[in-house]
Amino acid sequence: MSISALSYRPVDILRFNTCGSVDDGKSTLIGRLLYDSKSLMEDQIEALERSADITGGGQINLANLTDGLRAEREQGITIDVAYRYFATPRRKFIIADTPGHVQYTRNMVTGASSANLSIILVDARLGVIEQSRRHTAIAALLRIPHLVVAINKMDLVGWSEERFLEIRAQFEAFLPRLDIKDVKFIPLSALNGDNVVEPSPHTPWYAGPTLLGHLETVHIASDFNLTGFRLPVQWVNRPNSPTDATLHDFRGFSGQIAGGIVRTGQKLLAFPSGIVTTVKQIWTYDGVVHEAFCPQSVTLVLEHDIDISRGSMLVALDQLPGSSCDLQAEVCWMHTRPLQVGKKYFLKHTSHTVQVVVTELIDKLNMSTLESEPAPTALAVNDIGEIKLRAARPLVFDGYSTNRLTGSFILIEPGTNATVAAGMLRAPHDVFKPDAADYVI
Amino acid sequence: MSSYHLDHLQHLETEAIHIMREVAGEFERPALLFSGGKDSICLLRLAEKAFRPSELPLPLLNVDTGHHFPELNEFRDRRSAQLGAKLIVRTVEDAIAKGIATPAPGEVSRNRLQIPTLLAAIEEFQFDCCIGGARRDEEKARAKERFFSFRDSFGQWDPKNQRPEIWNLYNGRLNPGENMRVFPLSNWTEMDVWEYIQRERLEVPSIYFSHQRRCVRRGGQWLPVSALVPPKPSEEVCDLVVRVRTIGDIISTGCVESPAMTVADIISEIAAARVTERGSRADDKASEAAMEDRKKAGYF
Ligand SMILES: Nc1nc2c(ncn2[C@@H]2O[C@H](COP(=O)(O)OP(=O)(O)OP(=O)(O)O)[C@@H](O)[C@H]2O)c(=O)[nH]1
Ligand SMILES: [Mg+2]
Repeated sequence: MSISALSYRPVDILRFNTCGSVDDGKSTLIGRLLYDSKSLMEDQIEALERSADITGGGQINLANLTDGLRAEREQGITIDVAYRYFATPRRKFIIADTPGHVQYTRNMVTGASSANLSIILVDARLGVIEQSRRHTAIAALLRIPHLVVAINKMDLVGWSEERFLEIRAQFEAFLPRLDIKDVKFIPLSALNGDNVVEPSPHTPWYAGPTLLGHLETVHIASDFNLTGFRLPVQWVNRPNSPTDATLHDFRGFSGQIAGGIVRTGQKLLAFPSGIVTTVKQIWTYDGVVHEAFCPQSVTLVLEHDIDISRGSMLVALDQLPGSSCDLQAEVCWMHTRPLQVGKKYFLKHTSHTVQVVVTELIDKLNMSTLESEPAPTALAVNDIGEIKLRAARPLVFDGYSTNRLTGSFILIEPGTNATVAAGMLRAPHDVFKPDAADYVI
Repeated sequence: MSSYHLDHLQHLETEAIHIMREVAGEFERPALLFSGGKDSICLLRLAEKAFRPSELPLPLLNVDTGHHFPELNEFRDRRSAQLGAKLIVRTVEDAIAKGIATPAPGEVSRNRLQIPTLLAAIEEFQFDCCIGGARRDEEKARAKERFFSFRDSFGQWDPKNQRPEIWNLYNGRLNPGENMRVFPLSNWTEMDVWEYIQRERLEVPSIYFSHQRRCVRRGGQWLPVSALVPPKPSEEVCDLVVRVRTIGDIISTGCVESPAMTVADIISEIAAARVTERGSRADDKASEAAMEDRKKAGYF
């Protein structure tokens, strides 16, 4: 947007996360990826060697690069997501190394929610187990567009192609039940670095790319939707300047565009008032622009003085969202106190928080079969299910499958303020129908 | 289609602006921690981008350890004034005098003592949220941090029990006495910060650039000689052409030999660097969990 930005060479970012069961080798794999791609600095390697002398009997533990908490290093497990950043000449990468332990599934969801690609690790000795299915189901639910199944510890199964194909078949048996488009299988050893950055001499039967080769070349489509303009208002920009006449009457609505494109002169519908107005000016710190798009942060000045505040939403007239108190969503339950019908929660959606009550539990995903089981009595921690909610005020939303930003929410438990669920809204039954009589001022 | 493309800095920028505005929308009394260092310089520009043409809706807060580089404080005061922002400074010196912070016998470093000083300032002004410039790529305990990092009524971070943080939906709800630390630059690397400084043509304190300085060799690094760091007779002292890569206290910040005179020079230097920026901070070398321990106690 700024002039200086024009001369800048755009660089792609790929955000990916590791998932899979505890001890499958996720952290070791990230360590290996950083080490073999020469992304580690001398002082980081020194620190790694120092801790090997004290705790590892002289063996470097690559997992220590991301297991940054004392409790993690003591137990040799990952508790919370670690974020790492590295770049090759082809791409920038943001890695979220997430925990495999079932107790920390909420942290896996945290790390996965922003990913364009998930690497699911499987221990070649164990094959597909419940946690592999759970994490794959979560990745599918979050609609992460690309999946890599990394069949790890191939060194411990004698580099057997048969074993590789067997595990691949285990995956392919349940993948059709999930909505995942792009899946790649790679045999590797995170510990020794086979097929991570360098091709392995042990897998002459594998013709595909190394893990890094795949990460560098996989096509990444934008996560952001360029149709159906949406601006959830975060903050009303009111300078109230008594001295500066131009600022005295300035009233702008600041937010990050959550979908589509906006232009000056365009007509917008303002929720919740339902009133149509026109974009007078698109204000940014770098100057006024005539057009802005998702996910830019802007401040809109409108023609009419209507009641708009934090939590309001400005939308384009051509593609209207749903507006309803009755909601249906898939949720990932993350708290040890189970979800109960009849209980009230706060729901945060875009910049808007409302009270909701859970009215119905529709179904729950069986993690062994990945089939839905109807009418469960509760959703316990780490369960995935579909629910109905009733909100105290209407929510202006899209289905998660059309717009991640206006189709997602979190549930917060009153009192403890714990974030207890991640929710993905089903598309609205009807889009909002403006009432022709009072719709324009 | 390609004209609707953001490069990686623009992505990081819009993410950070969104977070700043969430803070303004969700908290009653937020503050922004401004030290004058490169990260908080970026934070201030992001605050301008988030809130202009209005005044910044939050004051700036700085904990002065009394061991700051003088160039840093001069810059801090000047930049705050330029922006018309309210700057609140609380000093460790004063906290010691009031008994809020108590040094251990012989304790020279102000590192630990800035924690109670900060917590007392939060208490004094009843801040419910402090925005800080910490980045996940700085250190491995920081790599575990959320954008919205919850602190209990003692200011403590509980890394084993962080709130899940999903998509860009931040849970800012607090009970009385609790506090949020918010880190809009979480996903920025050292390189991103300098590229942003270059793109936005931001001024930075002179000590980031190459200058002549008398240094003493101690603990494998070059520390600036000052009244607080007098060289011992046995130590090697040299006049060097140096700059600082990260600014901590004058007694613990290592200087690196460097000819970098411009932001562009610094960017090329970092691109070729073989050690991390924290490699020059004695406070982090103390132990593998030094940062984690300080953060649990209420540090940033
Ligand atoms: N033989 C062999 N061992 C491996 C391989 N990859 C990882 N390991 C070992 O498996 C153990 C667990 O590795 P981690 O990387 O900590 O596992 P993780 O998946 O990150 O575990 P959590 O994060 O706790 O879920 C360590 O002892 C590793 O050295 C491999 O390819 N071959
Ligand atoms: Mg791990």
